[in-house]
Amino acid sequence: MRNGESIALKAIPNSEFPRFKTVLKDAVSTGNRILGLWAVPSDSEYAIYCAILYPTTQRVEVWRSTVDKTYPSLTPEIPCLHWFERDLAERFGMIPDGHPWLKPVRFYQGEAGKGDFFRVNGEDVHEVAVGPVHAGVIEPGHFRFQCHGEKVFHLEIALGYQHRGVERALTGGPNERSIHYAETLAGDTTIGHAIAYSLLIESLSGRKPSLHSEWIRAISLELERLANHIGDIGALSGDIGFLPTQSYCGRIRGDVLNLTALICGNRFGRNLVRPGGVRYNLEKERLDTLRRRLREIENDTVSAVEIFFETPSVRARLEGTGIVPTHIAIELGLVGVAARASGIPIDARKDLPWGYFLNQCPSVGIYPTGDCYGRAYVRWLEIQESFRFLHRITETISEEIPGNETAPTYNAGIRTESFLSPESLGIGVTEGWRGEIFHVAATDQAGRFAWYRVFDPSFHNWFGLAYAMRGGEISDFPLCNKSFNLSYCGHDL
Amino acid sequence: MITTPLLSILRARAKQKYRTLPYPKGNPPPLSDRFLGKPLITSTSCPMDCFLCVTSCPVGAIQKEEALHLDMGGCLFCGACVEACPKGTICFSKDFQLATRDRESLVIRQNKTNVPSPLWTDVSRKFRRSFKLRQVSAGGCNACEADCNVLSTIAWDMGRFGVQFVASPRHADGILVTGPVTENMKVALEKTYKAVPSPKVVIAVGSCAISGGPYKDHPEQKNGVSSLLPVDLFIPGCPPHPLTILEGLLRFLDQI
Repeated sequence: MRNGESIALKAIPNSEFPRFKTVLKDAVSTGNRILGLWAVPSDSEYAIYCAILYPTTQRVEVWRSTVDKTYPSLTPEIPCLHWFERDLAERFGMIPDGHPWLKPVRFYQGEAGKGDFFRVNGEDVHEVAVGPVHAGVIEPGHFRFQCHGEKVFHLEIALGYQHRGVERALTGGPNERSIHYAETLAGDTTIGHAIAYSLLIESLSGRKPSLHSEWIRAISLELERLANHIGDIGALSGDIGFLPTQSYCGRIRGDVLNLTALICGNRFGRNLVRPGGVRYNLEKERLDTLRRRLREIENDTVSAVEIFFETPSVRARLEGTGIVPTHIAIELGLVGVAARASGIPIDARKDLPWGYFLNQCPSVGIYPTGDCYGRAYVRWLEIQESFRFLHRITETISEEIPGNETAPTYNAGIRTESFLSPESLGIGVTEGWRGEIFHVAATDQAGRFAWYRVFDPSFHNWFGLAYAMRGGEISDFPLCNKSFNLSYCGHDL
Repeated sequence: MITTPLLSILRARAKQKYRTLPYPKGNPPPLSDRFLGKPLITSTSCPMDCFLCVTSCPVGAIQKEEALHLDMGGCLFCGACVEACPKGTICFSKDFQLATRDRESLVIRQNKTNVPSPLWTDVSRKFRRSFKLRQVSAGGCNACEADCNVLSTIAWDMGRFGVQFVASPRHADGILVTGPVTENMKVALEKTYKAVPSPKVVIAVGSCAISGGPYKDHPEQKNGVSSLLPVDLFIPGCPPHPLTILEGLLRFLDQI
């Protein structure tokens, strides 16, 4: 399948489990990656699905097998599946036999933070527990450090505090609320998730958006990337104690959010992307305002961020902190900024392009070190590239559209009618600012969602943060955490 | 040219200028012409058998019994009702002053003009010159948190009004809650509230914290803070604009 295509459920062959395992293993070992592993229970058996992304052909393959409640775990041979298998065990009580650390990932029963934590014993070894309510204004999560003095032996991250039942509630849809679920899967990635949801709906309905709305989608996605990356560099700066960049970037981030509000009225891009198109037009005059303000913001950003990377004490604090080497990043299946900062050139905009990115794709910035410096620097590369991309695309549009082009609005009926092809599987993949977002769903006989699964980049990356802390100092944690800046709500769903 | 970091920093400082917003002494910052502020019900002439706006609302915030009313505490400010209504009965104004002290005042009724009323209480006035808040994120999507964070940036600089987010509930005069309160966050929220010394206040920010927002009636959450704690100030929106949050806080403290 290509991005935004659907397939009849019957057309997915059922493989024997050993074959399923071999396919997955071969795919991963030859530089492809796993978008998601999930299961659908039926009677006493479970259909287990895996979606593999093949970047060279820009295709997704969905493999399926049938397993019993207890089945041999895939994790020992394919480590990047460890979190997915924990998820299966939690959802359906499946038992991946041989899984090294089987424990819930979300704690559906209001039991978050309970259960066994990995524990180091010995003289002078102590435990530090942080959260779920943190010192800053951030989402809830619980961190358990095993320390010897300042040194961290191990960090375990317990999530689930943000679990609010979104995937369950999407089942039976689409309905009036569905798009709002998509927009609030991770509020800072409203556009990224809303596009993934729309791609999925479009894949199952065959209604494609106009070129004009693809432009608007691409612009808003890059604005979202800019706002968050600029905010992240500011936040990193704050954790280092380098206040100029923190102050400037905090404000500039707001300026970018206001550009999104210029397009749709909302700073986070709510109510802009809808299946079939977008809800607001970008007229000539508005586009000119956007271009002018974008130039100003770029000037401010360059001046704010250059001093950050020029200052030796800033570099010294970032370099060598929280290293995730390339081979570990591949093994853990990291995605997005975290992967690119470990030298892995993956990006859904190039590996699985959709919409406007089929015509023109921003270049992918990578850095080989895998440390906090790398994650900060990749953000800076992406900020610059997004500016270039936005200048190019807005120039193209202003040349190509007459001033009175009408809005490529979505069809209001698309949310309520039953119009999706029945018994099919649809996918939507986008590159949000954190990394690749994967939505997958199947319809029942009536064309309603039989199940809906969401994989936020954070789902792949949380363990990367835990790994980055190994052998580091506990005072490195805020910096490492910020350098990943993962979503709690996108993970907990 | 000398490029020591210090000189670059000074140059950048000169370039970035003074950027704190003049509000509330001066004008509020300009809002997008597509900004959806306070909803208004403009006429009484809609046919009795028409329920298009009611059914279009994703969260059931619009009710039509004898008269039409819209609950801002549930509203996602998506504008679906405006699109659905053929008569233009519902519209969204540019008014960003949405905070209220009680739940009932969030309900917009026909023919009723809502002038922003004073929000202060005897307790909130005690904190007029120094108001420290512990923020608790209890579910939700992190957008409300992001727009609270923005208030601490130099553009909004909430600190100039004596308002600050603090790291410990022990140092706080109240809690500001976002999110619908998930099952998994219930205990943590209650513990945080208990840890705040009295007198204390509770502020609910965003439609999740007020009514459950898009997750209303999901069994995994509690439909907002009011189910657990007494709320002193409601700031609606999905998410509320930073200006709405700041204005609500300042009115609560009797500063404007």
